[in-house]
Formats: sequence, C-alpha cells, structure tokens
Amino acid sequence: MNSKSCLICLLLTILFLLLWQLLAQNSDMPTPGEVAVVSWEFLRDPLYDAGPNDKGIAILIGYSLLRLVSGFALASVVAVVLGVVLGRCHTLFVAVNPYIQILRSISPIAWMPLLLYSVKDSELTAFFVIFMASLWPTLANTAFGVGNIRKEYLNVASILQMKPSEKFFKVILPAAGPAIVAGLKISMGSAWVALIPAEALLGSLGLGYFVWNEWNNLSLPSVIFAILTIGVVGVIVDWMFSKLARRLAYTD
Amino acid sequence: MVPLLEVDRVGKKYVVPGTKTPYCVFSNVSLQINEGEFVSVIGHSGCGKSTLLNIIAGIDNADEGVVRLKGREVSQPGLDRMVVFQNFALMPWMTVYQNVRLAVQAAYPHWNRSKIHERVQHYLELVNLKGAENKYPSALSGGMKQRCGLARAFAVRLPMMLLDEPFAQIDALTRGTIQDELIRMWNDTGVTIFMVTHDVDEAILLSDRILLMSAGPFAEIRETIPITIPRPRTRGTIIEHPDYYALRNRIIQFLSEKSQPHAS
Repeated sequence: MNSKSCLICLLLTILFLLLWQLLAQNSDMPTPGEVAVVSWEFLRDPLYDAGPNDKGIAILIGYSLLRLVSGFALASVVAVVLGVVLGRCHTLFVAVNPYIQILRSISPIAWMPLLLYSVKDSELTAFFVIFMASLWPTLANTAFGVGNIRKEYLNVASILQMKPSEKFFKVILPAAGPAIVAGLKISMGSAWVALIPAEALLGSLGLGYFVWNEWNNLSLPSVIFAILTIGVVGVIVDWMFSKLARRLAYTD
Repeated sequence: MVPLLEVDRVGKKYVVPGTKTPYCVFSNVSLQINEGEFVSVIGHSGCGKSTLLNIIAGIDNADEGVVRLKGREVSQPGLDRMVVFQNFALMPWMTVYQNVRLAVQAAYPHWNRSKIHERVQHYLELVNLKGAENKYPSALSGGMKQRCGLARAFAVRLPMMLLDEPFAQIDALTRGTIQDELIRMWNDTGVTIFMVTHDVDEAILLSDRILLMSAGPFAEIRETIPITIPRPRTRGTIIEHPDYYALRNRIIQFLSEKSQPHAS
C-alpha cells in the first residue's frame, strides 16, 4: 500500500466508525466503544480455561485452526494427486469434469446432515465439511496447471529418462506450482468460510461455536468481536499463502 | 561399418482439421551419420526439418520408416541422444546450475554429490557461465540461456547430440562466440552432432556435411554437400578459402529455387 492508499483506508475506517457510532446511538445496537471494551476483556486473557465450554479466545482460534488445517491438509494431498492425474490424462479429465462441476457447486454445509447420519460424530463431520470445502479449487487448479505445462519441459524430462517420481517432484510439481498454490489459496479461503457455520451448527469448540454461543447469550458486542476475529484470522491465513505463492512463482 | 545414426525412409503426415487427405510433411527421408561427424540439415522453415529432428530424438513419432541408433531401432527418447532446443527449454524455476545438475543427476543417478558438482562446474566453465550459476533463466540473455542449454547437453556426455536451430534466437555477435565454444566442446568430446538450421554460414562453419532439404509438402533430402574446407575453421578464415563461395552459392541457389512457388 502506498501512502495515498493508506490515507484513504484510514479515512474510510474513521468514516465507518463514525457512521456506526451514529447508528448505534439511535438503536439498541452496541457502539464501537462497547465492542472495544468487550474486546479488551477477551484479549486481556486469551488463554484462560474455565471448563469445557468456557475458554479464552486464543484457545478457540487454536481449535478452529487445528480443524481447518487437518481437513485442508488431507484434501490438498488428495486434490493435488488427483489433479495431476487428470491434468496428465485429458480423456479422463473430460470424463469426470461434469462430476467435479456439480460437486464443487454444492455448499459443504449441505453435506452435514448426510455426514452426521453416516459418521455419527460431530468432530469427524466438521473434518469432512472442511475436506469437501478444500478439495475442489485445488483439484481444478492442479488439473489446469498440469495440463498446461509447456511440452518442452516434459520433453526434457523424457529425454533424460527421469523416473516417474523424479519427473513428478522435479518437473511437474514445480512447473504447475503457481497454479497449485493459487488453488490452495482459494481452497483455504472456502474452507475457512465453511468452518464457521459448521462449528456453529455442530457445537464444536472454536470460533464458529463462539459466535453462536455469544448470540445465545444475547451479547451483541461479543458477537461483533467474534466476527472481527474471524475476519482477521482469515486475512492472516490468506497472507501466508500469498507469501508461499511468491516463493514458488517463476517467470518464463 | 554401421553408422551411429541411420534414418531409413522416414515420413511424417499431419491431419489438417477439416480435410480428409493428410498433409504429407516429408516422406522417404534417409540419412546416415557416422560416429564423430557433424551433419547439418538446411531447409526452409516449414519443410519439417525440426519434425525430423524430433523424430530422431524420439519425442515425435514417424508415420513411416525407422530410426536406428547403433543398428538398434529407436522410437522413444533415451539417454543416448540429447537435444539442444531452439527456445532453450530451461526449467524457469531452476537456476543455471540447477538446470545443468538436473540433467547430470538424471543421467548418472548413482553419482555422489561432489562428482555431480564437479561435472556441472566443468561444463559451466566451458561455456563461460561462471558467475551466473545462481541466476534464473529469466534473468539471462538469449545467448546465455543457450550456453546453459549447451552445458546441459554436453554435461551428460551422450554419444549423440541433436541441435534444433540452436542459434536462431541469438544475436549475430554472440552467435559467433557460442559457435566457437560449441566447436571446442565437439572436438573435446568427440560427440556426434546432427543440427537443423536455416543459416547457411553457420552450416558451412560447423558441418562436415550439409544435407539440403526441399520445401514441403513431400519434402525430401535432395543433396548432400561435403564441406571440404579444412578445420580448424573460424568465421574469419573460412571466407578466404577458395571453396567457400562456391559452396555458399550452391546452397543459396538451392534454397532460392525451392522457395519459388510451384508452377501448378
């Protein structure tokens, strides 16, 4: 961000807070000040642990991230392997593409009843919701990236008689790397979006549970704090992927 | 004596979308290259000379005829012939050093680190890329990229090398220097080279024999011209040799005749 953008961003923030203050004063919504006070309460002791349903914000974030990372990790491995296969075999890709298109447009939350019924465990259900949310963008991007690797790189690999594993790790993965990471980034975003309602509905300890719990307590300042926390954590996770993407990028 | 490379009545057809009869790029192309020879094919762009090279390399398939290497039929790429590409084909996510190392590692999987390092360094020195080892291809000029391509090709020390218009994308001044480096490495290694080019001077400077390929469709190798000018040759001295202009004129005449549109 250059200094001009910074200035505009700052002005927008001030304008937003002012507007919020004005609207809140004339209704029963919490004011920015009230939210700030509540936030401070939460942030002052982020690691407290007062029983199974009363934990500090850092612990809640930790639970959510752990759930996110485990489902995302398995989905990523599956998606990259499957994506490479589909990217290398155009006929197969065309054959399964209709399924991918249908499955990717189903909100992962929609799977929840079916998952709950079949696995009969809320933690495992949350895991599979994240898995389903993370799978498709990475799969589609990997298949696209691998399918569009320049022929000459693959020619070099076959002239050098590379073993399949060598070809996979030294040519295919790095060549499709930027596309794969772009897919992972989108996957991570949609997994994070799916995680919150899944936690809220399943009552699994985490940020989604937190936001729903505060709503049940009718504590609106806490709800707003929870919303802000979800946004900030999402941005940090996304930023980490941008860093990774920059490391793997290359110019022809 | 069995020639190192034998191309026996090879032909290639393409099916043009929307037409029924396939387009015949070339047919009945035969040539033989002995061990240690430097043979060039010269022809117009589109005559299929790069396709011919790809067929020899095993990365394209012939529709008729066979390619034999040391008497053995080959239809797949293999660690007995290496290609130097017109557009370099360096891995853009790897440094110069890593690109050469990738090839040496693949060709000699049982070698230890230091032996691989030694080999890579040696060939980077030969092509004057010392100091640029850690640069990525995108930061290099065309000449430096092809130096890396040559280092990669020579470092694996395969018996046969296929050069696909290796200097076409390099400026004229740099081209001369790299051609000298190529000749020096060819002399040192005794590798057999098959080169495709459309540069007449380059072909005369480098080759033992030049094969003239007619324009397609149904392109074929029409003539073989032995280059009698003694080695070592340099850009400066070949033009003083009495045979030079005769050779050059003959090739240029061939190329200009074939570039006339067909009477039909």
